[in-house]
Amino acid sequence: MPGWLNRSQLVLAAALLAAGVAQFLSNRLDSYVLSVAMGVGINIILASSLNLINGFTGQFSLGHAGFMAVGAYTAAVLTGKLAPQLQPIFGGHVELLFPFALIVGGLVAAVAGGLVGAPSLRLKGDYLAIVTLGFGEIIKVIFQNVEYVGGAKGLNAIPDYSNLFWVFGTTAITVYTVWALMNSTYGRGFLAVADDEIAAEAMGLNTTRYKMVAFVVGAFFAGIAGGLFAHLNNSINPSGFDFNKSIEIVVMVILGGMGRHTGVILAAILLTVLTELLRQFGDYRMVIYSLLLILLMLTRPQGLLIWPIRKSASRRTT
Amino acid sequence: MNRLSLLPGGRSLATLGAVILGSIALTLVGCKKEVSGGAGAAPGSEPIRVGEYASLHGSEATFGQSSHNGTVIAVEEINAAGGVLGRKIELITDDNQSKSGESATIVKKFISRDKVVAVLGEVASGRSLEAAPICQTNHIPMVSPSSTNPDVTATGDYIFRVCFTDPFQGRLLAEFARKSLKATKVALLTDVASAYSAGLAKYFREPFEKNGGQVVIEQKYTGKDKDFRAQLTAIKAANVSAIVVPGYYTEVGLIVAQARQLGINVPIFGGDGWEAPELIEIAGAQNLENTFYSTHFSPEVKNPLIEKFVAAYKTKFGQVPDAMAALGYDSAVVLFDAIQRAGSTEGPKIRDALAATKDYPCLTGKTTLDAERNATKSAVIITVKDGKFKYLETVEP
Repeated sequence: MPGWLNRSQLVLAAALLAAGVAQFLSNRLDSYVLSVAMGVGINIILASSLNLINGFTGQFSLGHAGFMAVGAYTAAVLTGKLAPQLQPIFGGHVELLFPFALIVGGLVAAVAGGLVGAPSLRLKGDYLAIVTLGFGEIIKVIFQNVEYVGGAKGLNAIPDYSNLFWVFGTTAITVYTVWALMNSTYGRGFLAVADDEIAAEAMGLNTTRYKMVAFVVGAFFAGIAGGLFAHLNNSINPSGFDFNKSIEIVVMVILGGMGRHTGVILAAILLTVLTELLRQFGDYRMVIYSLLLILLMLTRPQGLLIWPIRKSASRRTT
Repeated sequence: MNRLSLLPGGRSLATLGAVILGSIALTLVGCKKEVSGGAGAAPGSEPIRVGEYASLHGSEATFGQSSHNGTVIAVEEINAAGGVLGRKIELITDDNQSKSGESATIVKKFISRDKVVAVLGEVASGRSLEAAPICQTNHIPMVSPSSTNPDVTATGDYIFRVCFTDPFQGRLLAEFARKSLKATKVALLTDVASAYSAGLAKYFREPFEKNGGQVVIEQKYTGKDKDFRAQLTAIKAANVSAIVVPGYYTEVGLIVAQARQLGINVPIFGGDGWEAPELIEIAGAQNLENTFYSTHFSPEVKNPLIEKFVAAYKTKFGQVPDAMAALGYDSAVVLFDAIQRAGSTEGPKIRDALAATKDYPCLTGKTTLDAERNATKSAVIITVKDGKFKYLETVEP
């Protein structure tokens, strides 16, 4: 192991390499499997980034689809309508336009996160949920009324730049960032805010600032996921980023276990693949899906993947 | 919330395992059935697969299910008559729950997994726009039963529709307002959340104003709204001779009821989004007096084709078919006719045959697909009398 890389960075590098190799081999897969696989990646990004806000920092945001919409629309406008103006900047390297658009989409979403967070993160619990819920609806209505981005018809004919490399590369970076952040000194601050805000404040932590950082970072990655989604589906519609989409992501976080890395990733994979596997049941699909959710919630209220921690904890006590 | 809480015991782990194993077993059973069905057929006689993505649940479920039922009848009829090219038609239907983001995945599955030769769908323009580019790039013809937004077929030369378009419907409504209603000053009440509604409003306004009419006030609402009194009060103050509501029946019903409550008794009219038996339930029968809408089809029109379809539909589904059902049927028969004429299931050949469709006798009138792959056909105007939909007149293009 090279000295300048620690183990987690090595894992990240391996994941990025794997994403590249997967992309190289992707022409062997049919387009349906590819699109489901990329859907899984995008949902992991969404769930992991929301986990930072809802899980680790203990805030309850219901506006994740709103940030996703901001990122999706920004990135789609950059690679679509503004592409002729932007391409000269990149010279001959048109392929750089997509990562540029993704990052700008993420940054605009982060700014939106900051704008929503600044006044509302001083609120606690339910109040924040209501404010973010309102934000998500406002974003949707704004996009519905702006003719430049297609209004209710949505933006269509978005180039299909998303591939396994971009999706899983970004997934790896997101998961690594959230993981590294939570294992840093700064990350302990998030946990302190989640555990007991008053105690954290008494210890001298600026709780609003910690919540703000979690919120902005979460919004940034949601924006990037939105950009990937837009360039995967080639078409975005304001109604696709409604309250239900936010709830879908919240369900992944809760099912995976608030504040668990692996559990949330597992839940994102499980729920995405499950909706596709259940297609064959036709009318009963959503009934079975909901029943499975209820069953999982009843049997594993603490989250999907918790047993390794139990083992190590029990070993410590014995 | 307590991150360090431990498991109560091993029992729940076993239950989880059982749940996951059970669901995997279930899906495997489902998969197996599909495979054995395909492998058992003799070569050359295996069915021709057609994919249909539809809004069977969610906000547009009424339309989606009607359309799907019509398609099912068309498939049953053609299979009873020996199929197409001597092969049976196998319809593969998938539900997008009226959600955006689903249709693209479904159509990718149709093309790469199910190997469909053509795709049917959808009632809502927004979701047809999602699926159309995928069909276009894969050279799989797509026939939309009732997406009226002009952009849908503009996607490319593999995308067709069997219904009239919003510009045609808008022009027709404008003519109806000027000639039959003799209205000069009207109010527009548009659903900004719907591509259909915003489009139809625009295509109504242009010809109407050209013919000396005047839209004195335009008010907006958002789909799923329940209270329209603010907009209606503004409209009442504007003193118009008619109100145009190019929306869907769920909101139209409430709008009509609330308008009558506010004492607005002028005619209210709109497009094919009004078409649903639920409209009468939502609005109340007497509130709907003096309302009109344009649509594709009326079961009351005397025509042997329509009579046969209405009878078959009533036996199978116990209801009188609406325009969406008729269009669902038409989209399927136009496609089957094209496959038959193409003599092949290859995408480009079916596309050429579809493009050559001329005066094909459909339930919704003789259908000719023009160079823009849109149908040129007649429309009907329906009014409500004593709580029943009544056929008023047929308007030729």
